Amino acid sequence: MTLAPPRPGARVKVRGVIGEPAPREDAVPKVKGEFQYASDLWREGMLHGATLRSPYPFARIRKVDVSAAAKLPGVRAVLTQDDVPGKKTYGLMDRDDQPVLADGYVRFVGEPVAVVAADTIEQARAATKAIVLEYEVLEPTFDPIAAIQPSAAKLHPKGNVLERVRILHGDPAAKADVVVEGEYEFAMQDQAALGPEAGLAIPREDGGVTLHVATQWLHEDLDQLAPCLGLPESKVRIVLSGVGGAFGAREDTSIQIHACLLALKTRRAVRMTYGREESFFGHVHRHPARLFYAHGATKKGELVFVRATIVLDGGAYASSSSAVVANAGSFAAGPYRVPNAVVDCVGARTNNPPTGAMRGFGAVQSCFAYEAQMDKLAKACGLDAVEIRMRNGLVEGDAIITSQPLVGSAPIAEIVRRCASLPLPETAAHRDQSELPGGHANVTRGEGVVRGVGYAVGFKNVCYSNGFDDFATARVRLFADAEGPLARVHTAAAEVGQGINTVQLQIARTELGIERVELETADTNVGSAGSSSASRQTWMTGHAVLQACREVRQELVRRAEREGLTLDRTDLADLLDRPIEKTVTYRHQDTEKRRPDGQSRGHVAFMFAAHRAVVDVDVETGLVKVVQVATAQDVGKAINPLGVIGQIEGGIAQGVGLAVMEELIVEKGRIRNASFTDYLIPTILDMPPVIADVIEHPHPDGPYGAKGVGEAPTISSTAAVVAAIRAATNRDLERVPVRPDDIVFGTSSRSGWRIAPGDDPRRAVRG
Amino acid sequence: MTRITVTVNGAREETAVEAHESLLTTLRERLGLPGSKNACEQGECGSCSVLLDDVLVCACLVLAASVDGREVRTVESLADGSALDPVQRAFVETGAVQCGFCTPGLVVATHALLRENPEPSLAEIREALSGNLCRCTGYGQIVEAVQRAAKTMYLHGLDDE
Ligand code: FES
Ligand code: FES
Repeated sequence: MTLAPPRPGARVKVRGVIGEPAPREDAVPKVKGEFQYASDLWREGMLHGATLRSPYPFARIRKVDVSAAAKLPGVRAVLTQDDVPGKKTYGLMDRDDQPVLADGYVRFVGEPVAVVAADTIEQARAATKAIVLEYEVLEPTFDPIAAIQPSAAKLHPKGNVLERVRILHGDPAAKADVVVEGEYEFAMQDQAALGPEAGLAIPREDGGVTLHVATQWLHEDLDQLAPCLGLPESKVRIVLSGVGGAFGAREDTSIQIHACLLALKTRRAVRMTYGREESFFGHVHRHPARLFYAHGATKKGELVFVRATIVLDGGAYASSSSAVVANAGSFAAGPYRVPNAVVDCVGARTNNPPTGAMRGFGAVQSCFAYEAQMDKLAKACGLDAVEIRMRNGLVEGDAIITSQPLVGSAPIAEIVRRCASLPLPETAAHRDQSELPGGHANVTRGEGVVRGVGYAVGFKNVCYSNGFDDFATARVRLFADAEGPLARVHTAAAEVGQGINTVQLQIARTELGIERVELETADTNVGSAGSSSASRQTWMTGHAVLQACREVRQELVRRAEREGLTLDRTDLADLLDRPIEKTVTYRHQDTEKRRPDGQSRGHVAFMFAAHRAVVDVDVETGLVKVVQVATAQDVGKAINPLGVIGQIEGGIAQGVGLAVMEELIVEKGRIRNASFTDYLIPTILDMPPVIADVIEHPHPDGPYGAKGVGEAPTISSTAAVVAAIRAATNRDLERVPVRPDDIVFGTSSRSGWRIAPGDDPRRAVRG
Repeated sequence: MTRITVTVNGAREETAVEAHESLLTTLRERLGLPGSKNACEQGECGSCSVLLDDVLVCACLVLAASVDGREVRTVESLADGSALDPVQRAFVETGAVQCGFCTPGLVVATHALLRENPEPSLAEIREALSGNLCRCTGYGQIVEAVQRAAKTMYLHGLDDE
């Protein structure tokens, strides 16, 4: 029996239900400074952990001597690879190619080699400097295309090809009247969450350990941690601490294993917190990419084929490269009807810093290239940017290049049209110097300023794909206390700032028809919720909470019937002499595993957004001011409209950042700008006003029709801003972020590799 | 170590500090006030904003030894028990808080702005908060929060007359 949710107003009006703009449940402690983040954790007598990292991109460790370090004042433990009691390597989702501490080799600058626990952080840091290491420096490889050639030196026993995905759709030899080509470069972006990596590990009486940590995925941390510690999972508990933003960077572990090793060794609580510089070395980044594209169309601008070769730089270790590569390939042609496609997408191992998850996850890289291509095609066919996208946009029932048909989405043409019809900003008046590109730093009078407008559309999967067993568990307990009925919801969903906690509360209030709902702290004492990534928590944990609440309600109905009562007219407390507790594990519909030709129904659902950017570019100085971003996004159902707007605006900020300022500069494997002074993220002055049209076209399988929200805003906003700069400057701008030099001099960013789009990049030719 | 006496949120505190120690470290690690956040320790993010003798500063850039005899107010002092002040309330209501790591600094900076300039223009708000990074919100709802706070404080001021 399925039950409809209680009609609001049936008994008393319940506030904070779905569809209402609901303030976050944790906003009050946050504005008061009382919310405890992982870096605020503190315990009497705790020790402080510090990490010694590799100064070389590739080297063999000849000798390690920790004896002098161990004798320094306050030092309680100095650990290297030999001290790891269990499995020596770890990695996301069984990738397992990364040493807990360097295993005789170091493969990137910043790789952890040893960890120290001491009474104070200063003592711990001093001890890392006293560790004696002898390295034999090896020849590193930084160019991802070079790394995957058959002749390349092997950087890791598992080889240099982290993943390869080939997609063959329709006729690989299809011909078209109009063909446009391009090579694109995508630099390294960082998640740059404000809260640093941090946690507190506390040893337990039973030989186990409890870890309080800022993470995105408690149970995946547990899966990786326990074997390395040599403990059964029952002896490791992981508790979610306050998380200061994540954006993918916390999908991999950082301090987790190290802090637990130190705590178990010293039998003392150990806190580890990275400073800002170490944070840049201590988490994965977004994959840089090289993309080689050819698009073919009829003279009317109808797509005939897309061919693409994409090489993503995975850095020294696998992390989530495999799934990023799969996404970049899957979405390589964009949300368009493409009858014929050949895509070859490879993730390369190099001696650059490891890359992994970041908001948009593979879809952002290809979107930048395919949207540039669509504009080229529009020009070649004499169409404008809106027209070409409306003409080719997918509608329900159309298939993407993996032959998976689209379900439960507004037509792309409608999303584009609604985005294009949002009001444009006033034409530039430049009354004030601060409104010029570059603001007060612009010493001109604005004579070189040109306005440009650009469009882009993007899409991506919601939830995990390609046969992954994706599930989420929720436990809901309803009971009565002196004040009446109260529900407690327990899940392991990581609230990282995105707002899943409020969504869970809203769903429980809606389903149970009561206002008093509380959340238990997320931890591993309840089943997994999966990761707070892939825009999946509202769908997955949302469904789990919804179904657990419905089971609780069914029990209420049974109890009411036994008493001869009608639920709607009964005080719930009268039915709750015993609490009701239900635990539900939700699984989304099965997805198909990848096939060799890339043709499979690998995804659960898709989300879509269109962006229009308006920029002012000073073509003489190369400075850019983003004047406005407009967006239309299909969210299915806005469970919390306040949160939806926050996700949209915040995601666009990261897209704008990538378009014009955000780049981790890596030279010879070393990050050169590991600080907020040098890695620039948008300030309030850099962010334009955002106007958003939130489309609610329900998905039949989403909770209340909701799809994910968080990633779509980052996917095409970057491409839209760059398109706008192209419109203002007439430059090709085949690289992102766009630098002043690219605008003023039209600097080329070609790789020097010759690869025909669609060809295997493992057989590339130089020149 | 140097001993300092400093008034923090109205209470006199005496503590020993290292010569190189920042006010932020003293607040967070010695005085049990972790509300001011450490996101860069370089004066770039504003997460550590506090009022030093009523002037907005980045606590990570102030030497603890230099605040001897002075007065510090942190985010922890703004609410009156469970009652939020208008700035805090506006941040909650407009959705200006996501992960919230930037929030204490922004709330303190907004206070500093509205005390100087009770009716700031959009440009003035943007200028005043340009030293506070937020990675989550894109700032739209933060601007709204400041405008709403300015409005309630202004109306509240009229009530008092
Ligand atoms: S921590 Fe002080 S400005 Fe960033
Ligand atoms: S809310 Fe996360 S940094 Fe501002």
